[in-house]
Amino acid sequence: MDLNYSPEELAFRDEVRTWLQANLPATLRDKVANYGHLSKEDLLDWHKILAKKGWIAPAWPKEWGGTGWNVIQRYIFEEELGYSGSPPLIPFGLSMCAPVLLRFGTEEQKKRFLPRIYNGEDFWCQGYSEPGSGSDLASLKTKALRDGEFYKVTGQKIWTTLAHYADWIFCLVRTDSQAGKRQEGISFLLIDMKTPGITIRPLILMDGAHEVNEVFFDDVRVPAGNLVFEENKGWTVAKYLLGYERMNTGRIGESKRQLGRLKELAVEKMGDQRFRDRLSRLEVELTALEITNLRFLDRMRRTGQPPGADVSMLKIKGTEIQQGLTELMMESVDPTASDPFSVSVRKKYLSMRKTTIYAGSNEIQRNIISKMTLGL
Amino acid sequence: MNFDYNEEQQLLADSVRRFLEKEYTFEARKQAVAGEGWSPRVWNNFAEMGLLGLPLPAEQGGFGGGAVDLMGVMEAFGEALVVEPYLPTLIAARLVARGGTEEQKKAILPAVAEGRMKLALAHDEKGARYRLDHVNVKAENGTLKGEKSAVVGAPLADRLVVSARTSKGIELFLTEKPNFKPYMTLDEMLAGDVVLNGVKGEALAGGLAAIEEAVDFATALVCAEAVGAMKFACDTTLEYLKTRKQFGVPIGTFQALQHRMVEMVISYEQAKSMACLACSKVDTAPDARDRARSVSMAKVKIADNARHVSQESVQLHGGMGMSEELKVSHTFRRLTVLARQFGDADHHLGRLAAA
Repeated sequence: MDLNYSPEELAFRDEVRTWLQANLPATLRDKVANYGHLSKEDLLDWHKILAKKGWIAPAWPKEWGGTGWNVIQRYIFEEELGYSGSPPLIPFGLSMCAPVLLRFGTEEQKKRFLPRIYNGEDFWCQGYSEPGSGSDLASLKTKALRDGEFYKVTGQKIWTTLAHYADWIFCLVRTDSQAGKRQEGISFLLIDMKTPGITIRPLILMDGAHEVNEVFFDDVRVPAGNLVFEENKGWTVAKYLLGYERMNTGRIGESKRQLGRLKELAVEKMGDQRFRDRLSRLEVELTALEITNLRFLDRMRRTGQPPGADVSMLKIKGTEIQQGLTELMMESVDPTASDPFSVSVRKKYLSMRKTTIYAGSNEIQRNIISKMTLGL
Repeated sequence: MNFDYNEEQQLLADSVRRFLEKEYTFEARKQAVAGEGWSPRVWNNFAEMGLLGLPLPAEQGGFGGGAVDLMGVMEAFGEALVVEPYLPTLIAARLVARGGTEEQKKAILPAVAEGRMKLALAHDEKGARYRLDHVNVKAENGTLKGEKSAVVGAPLADRLVVSARTSKGIELFLTEKPNFKPYMTLDEMLAGDVVLNGVKGEALAGGLAAIEEAVDFATALVCAEAVGAMKFACDTTLEYLKTRKQFGVPIGTFQALQHRMVEMVISYEQAKSMACLACSKVDTAPDARDRARSVSMAKVKIADNARHVSQESVQLHGGMGMSEELKVSHTFRRLTVLARQFGDADHHLGRLAAA
């Protein structure tokens, strides 16, 4: 048993860390460090810096721009991204749409979309949730009716993150409302956000930020060539994504950075033993999760098998830790302070409540472990 | 990076687990507890399997193993709720191996490895509350006076390693066993309050630093033992959820219980991760501070999660969880003790704050 990275892995980590430090623009670093608003340009600037270096899509096959790194290296890289305090990489194109196209797309679809995702020319968003279909995703109602060489799409998506930045949206739509099982009438469709009939309405969250939207489709004509995989087989595609590369949902690197930040902020509060013990317990939980994450990774490397359903616990614990950190940060800033930084720390606390809800709520994650791992 | 046991460690853990499954059933354990409080036959088997010499130097019949080598064994012991005084004997023997004269080592360590001699560490005193420097037993000219409390394994020990205060500070002594009244701990281990009334002690090298090292080592092993007990608590509760029927269906079909079961399993995995950390750090940490910090972090998690898993395992069993007839209630008792052994969560949070 050896809990440490090998010398080669450590050298790789240092190379990544050094490069990120040297190439992360100071303006972006400051914005992230101060919990500031990141514009579309900010996100794309950083995306393009990584694309130029060849590090934007490590997990892709080499022929499409992947790095050929093994699973440990990819994990180290993603954790270092979080640890460096760089802007987040928006996953919808890079690690959601692209893997789907690589697995299910036609050659033409791959050639058309992958290079543009890689270079940051297309900004993607995800059209899954609907007003009546949150955790019960298979109940979705947005209809796509085949009409010659087109689908006509009508319906509504909700909680669509960064739809207001997006050039494209990948959607789950209902192509057969008569199917015996609800899952069997769903298709995976790529839709150009500039198509007539699409309306975006912002949904402002409790921290005042505009991140998510409602997207309305009113008789939107989508070329039939934008269907991914077979008609009515969209659920297979969606399930594939669920099992894909969920090794970084714990966001250990990011939380380690926030823990360091918290300790700086909490100098005054550290004299309070009650506060200090809460911080210690959180640090212990984070340390445990880091090792749990590495154990999963080690298992994956040894067995060559994709991660099992039990990696859902990384998402559950990881998000609880992220929330715990922002809560303690809020308590660390002077309660009487109204400077912009103190205000943004409080808003960060508000904002982070979303983490246990999004990407499959933590209750859904527990359902997954219960059913798939425990057999209940 | 590698979270596997090596081949030897895995073979040993597997053979210990097989032995316990066959010979150390819940029934057999019950009989041992109701009888002498331990099984000499089982102890001999431990010796034959090489478990008693595992952490001792090769020159004295041991295998020179570290905490990671013992981890799989302790997990298996935790699952089976072993009552034989394994850890007490090992900690004390390790102190002899590190601080004894050649003569002392020769007299004691091969006998321990062969199962002919059992030991215990008499260190805790009333009011110490896990603080290792709280020692009031006095030693003058090799004569010990005072009282040691809750010495686990003492009733079965042939000799004791005793800490005492001298003009130089805290030191260790090897003594014969005085008379005292044995009792059973909450988790059915034999223990005793040892009154030292002019008992002669042979000096062992090593003071407080040696005791701190020994207790960190033992704490890491307690973490592994607790992980094994948590595994049993999770497995048996999951089994119960699948078989116990109410309202015409297995109770495991209820989401309220499913989610609690999932939380138990997560607690177990998180605890196991920290046991890995503690065991590998006591073997490899570059200094005492680094070692102590990792062990305390681990023990905080083990204490918290042992409490969570044990309490939930009883609750999800309903009335049956309270019954002495089921192993789960005995596992609850063991986890309750392990959560506190060598320091509860508050103690180790305090140690983290002071570090």
